Amino acid sequence: MSVDTTEQSVPTPSSGGPLVRLEQVSKRFGDNTVLDRLDFSVDAGKHVTLIGPSGSGKTTILRLLMTLTEPDEGTITVDGERLFPASEKRRREVRKKIGMVFQQFNLFPNMSVLRNLTEAPVSVLGLSKDEAEHRARELLDLVGLADKCDMRPGALSGGQQQRVAIARALAMRPKVLLLDEVTSALDPELVAGVLDLLRDIARSTDITMLCVTHEMNFARDISDQVLMFDSGRILESGPPEKIFGDPEQERTREFISAVL
Amino acid sequence: MNWDWNAVSDFMPHFWDGLLVTLEALALGSLISFALGLVWALLMRVPTRWVRWPVGAVTEFVRNTPLLVQLFFLFYVLPEWGVTMSALTTGVVAIGVHYSTYTMQVYRAGIEAVPVGQWEAATALSLSVRRTWTAVILPQAVRRVVPALGNYVIAMLKDTPLLMVITVLEMLGQARLYSQQTFRFTEPLTVIGVAFILVSVLASLLLRTLERRLVR
Repeated sequence: MSVDTTEQSVPTPSSGGPLVRLEQVSKRFGDNTVLDRLDFSVDAGKHVTLIGPSGSGKTTILRLLMTLTEPDEGTITVDGERLFPASEKRRREVRKKIGMVFQQFNLFPNMSVLRNLTEAPVSVLGLSKDEAEHRARELLDLVGLADKCDMRPGALSGGQQQRVAIARALAMRPKVLLLDEVTSALDPELVAGVLDLLRDIARSTDITMLCVTHEMNFARDISDQVLMFDSGRILESGPPEKIFGDPEQERTREFISAVL
Repeated sequence: MNWDWNAVSDFMPHFWDGLLVTLEALALGSLISFALGLVWALLMRVPTRWVRWPVGAVTEFVRNTPLLVQLFFLFYVLPEWGVTMSALTTGVVAIGVHYSTYTMQVYRAGIEAVPVGQWEAATALSLSVRRTWTAVILPQAVRRVVPALGNYVIAMLKDTPLLMVITVLEMLGQARLYSQQTFRFTEPLTVIGVAFILVSVLASLLLRTLERRLVR
């Protein structure tokens, strides 16, 4: 697979500095503190993987960045623009720079595969129908599903659906791509195809990626940085060689040996 | 009891007139209830309670008062306020509005049955509120509720004889008129009874076809 992404996603942060920045972000559900005064930032073009036991707050970070939930405290900035706190109108603008792929795909079952990819570019970005379809067909070609244009998502396998969902997110040309356990709902034999596609995208584009995953080999391959979460805090962070090879924290070592 | 085929053929011209009126009331009443019910269901999701409250109160009131009373009210009271409609129009409006308070609950259930992931995907793609509803949520919600809406079409059909009390000559009205003039009851009532069954069976078949096309 070759990817023509010369015009796609050359992130140029409008104010310099990191593309994604969280400052003192807290999120609670009732008495349960999911994120506890979290600080971290991601530079443009970097691939960051979030690992850690379930319930440690990884997915909540992605959901905050996608504005699917709101922080109780703290500020979140994307590409130099406030996401939280900000008016809903501002947020809508910033949101266009962010794409997300979900664990359960969440394709629109009432639309063809092609419409799934053209709906938002046409109605949100104002592309012409022809332009959007051209872009959609290129992306479907990239994910190896060019022949499925006219099918309904329900007729595809889980792995195929997830590849369509990845293409759908990319069709918006986001600067940041959020991947939320994208292979967790797949049958084991379908996982490799999706991960290979993501490896390919990570290698051949400049898109910034935040990735929650339990696939440690995949995390090692694509990550510039790995963040180990525990109880709503970052326990430790570093390049994959360090986190997977020689972590400082005993807790990290335990977690990694448990999932590998 | 004696059965007179001559009475049947005698009644048939009146029957066709009545059938036409019944079908007209049913079709228009259904359209009004489908459209208005959707409007109510959407208004009940508006964030401000200054919209939800009055809509909730009015629809609750309409749903919990008898259609017969509403028919009398529209037919005899509205003209006093200067609103005059023909008897059939009054009947169609009454049936449509009355049943819209039921279909709104069908739509509500259909909307709530759309998985939350669909809303999240719409947000992730930055779809506008309008686009989220028209392109993603409603097509999926409506598809789910066609069978339930179909049940209300049958219920409406069975309520059309009520229109007789406001002088609309639908099937029962025609039968009664014929009986009063000829003192024959068996034939006209039997004919319209059979007709009600046939219409409801046909309506069910029609809806099932629609359902199958939508569920594809």
